[in-house]
Amino acid sequence: MSDRQTVSEGKERYQSGVMPYKKMGYWEPDYVPKDTDVIAMFRITPQKGVDPEECAAAVAGESSTATWTVVWTDRLTACELYRAKAYRVDKVPNTGEGTDIEAQYFSYIAYDMDLFEEGSIANLTASIIGNVFGFKAVKALRLEDMRMPVAYLKTYKGPSTGIVVERERLDKFGRPLLGATTKPKLGLSGRNYGRVVYEALKGGLDFVKDDENINSQPFMHWRDRFLYCMEAVNKASAATGEVKGHYLNVTAGTMEEMIERSEFAKELGSVIIMIDLVVGYTAIQSMSNWARNNDMILHLHRAGNSTYSRQKNHGMNFRVICKWMRMAGVDHLHAGTVVGKLEGDPLMIKGFYDTLREGYTPQNLESGLFFDQDWASLNKVMPVASGGIHAGQMHQLIHYLGEDVVLQFGGGTIGHPEGIQQGAIANRVALEVMIQARNEGRDYLKEGPEILANAAKWCSPLKSALDTWKDITFNYDSTDTPDFVPTATVSV
Amino acid sequence: MMTNHGNRLTQGQFSYLPDLSDEQITLQIKYALKNGWAVNIEYTDDPHPRNTYWEMFGNPMFDLKDPAGILMEIKECRKTFPNHYIRVTAFDSTHGWEAPRMSYIVNRPEKEPGFRLTREERGGRTQGYTIQSYASDRPEGERY
Repeated sequence: MSDRQTVSEGKERYQSGVMPYKKMGYWEPDYVPKDTDVIAMFRITPQKGVDPEECAAAVAGESSTATWTVVWTDRLTACELYRAKAYRVDKVPNTGEGTDIEAQYFSYIAYDMDLFEEGSIANLTASIIGNVFGFKAVKALRLEDMRMPVAYLKTYKGPSTGIVVERERLDKFGRPLLGATTKPKLGLSGRNYGRVVYEALKGGLDFVKDDENINSQPFMHWRDRFLYCMEAVNKASAATGEVKGHYLNVTAGTMEEMIERSEFAKELGSVIIMIDLVVGYTAIQSMSNWARNNDMILHLHRAGNSTYSRQKNHGMNFRVICKWMRMAGVDHLHAGTVVGKLEGDPLMIKGFYDTLREGYTPQNLESGLFFDQDWASLNKVMPVASGGIHAGQMHQLIHYLGEDVVLQFGGGTIGHPEGIQQGAIANRVALEVMIQARNEGRDYLKEGPEILANAAKWCSPLKSALDTWKDITFNYDSTDTPDFVPTATVSV
Repeated sequence: MMTNHGNRLTQGQFSYLPDLSDEQITLQIKYALKNGWAVNIEYTDDPHPRNTYWEMFGNPMFDLKDPAGILMEIKECRKTFPNHYIRVTAFDSTHGWEAPRMSYIVNRPEKEPGFRLTREERGGRTQGYTIQSYASDRPEGERY
């Protein structure tokens, strides 16, 4: 039974004054979303005593056409079309009465495609997360997921390189790529920094990486870093006969400086550059265009994301960032390790990885995907697993993350007791031996430790790595876990 | 002589492991076939990291589903080019991939002299780098 409360009589509807959002047309429980609608799913914690449907209607209103009071100028527009429509509200399992958590509601809101400018993440986000998060009627608000219609996705170019072409360019197939972040992340001179890069690449890594906050500080200016890193990359390439790379971080204070640094990276023959998420969506899209025009792989470090993605009741889920960044067009994105030092429930991480890598992701509440999503042939983004991982976890990493991923062993390379090259050798041997076992059809997850121990018999750097880090795990509870019941119940 | 780990070219999936036995190669071929990928054999005596087009030892074996048959082709290639690099590549024709999914070396020259790095000094402390295999100084077919 419908509890649609929209006032449709013009005179009554547009009488000056304040009216509940539910009555203004922002709550339409009978509405069936069109294939061309953008859908957003919010987790709403209403203020005490506020009706959840009214909250959902308010979020729909404030993220589309509404203001706090009735305005007659609506009547000059096709306002029924432009109003976002909250059409479904489900109580979040295990919240509310009888639990320690305040009642929360999953609210589904549909937006007509005409509300958004083509190819602009900034425009999309100005609506969806622009005003509503500070809205008084809701105590907390979290954007959990979005469904992008194919027609709208086609207004984005997506990753300029993508997994397939990156592999072809690098001539590396059938195994995860290996990387490391130079440590210490701050303080090394350009000359010393390049030493770390050279040793790690010659040892067997494919990539070394600048950290998110390495830009152009007093201890090392950017040009110096770029010159020494490219010396290291080319020397290592000659030493191994492989294509090697270093993510040169071009993040800077202005767009003009970022372009200047990118041009220099290109002039030096780098295959890849990097930027930080904190540069902002528009800058990311500009850099993506630059990368597309210059055959450059674009790595994105998700610096800053946990300020809004980690807490369950407020902010936004990282899977939404994954979607936006695939649309914005980055080639690499840090998306979690499962076993490392940073936040990551295995199923949630699977949801992020699928979002970045698959052509079509069906609804999967277990991994936090609330909608079927057709990716309209946008290129696949290579996920990057970085933070607190080491060779001894290779079987778990391949099991959870698959082969289309960059595994970054920073400490796990540079901290090796016999040296950086040995650290890289240990990682590469562990990787190759595990891929070999997987392809041979062995139960590598179970036999992993034994497979590694056997390889350590003929590879002493691997033995030292296993001995050094054998008991290192980061077993903390995840804060961001999926909330679902096998069949979602509708509380309307 | 190359001075990296193993003193060898490390392209491909398994160059950090001891050379694969024929039995191990067969298991990898089975994996490719199980996934529906077409196996191809390629050889070269110019292993420059950006030499994409190694010579094809016949077309990709789209219709050959017998791992033993593919291994025979590999052996045939080894017999014909005992001192070349030979790699096995598996092609995936699925929509969204349409690219190689595996690539590993199954034969290499006895001696691998490696690569010369040439620097061209340019302005502003920049350098132009060129990598060239020492072996490729000699004509094709006479390199190893």
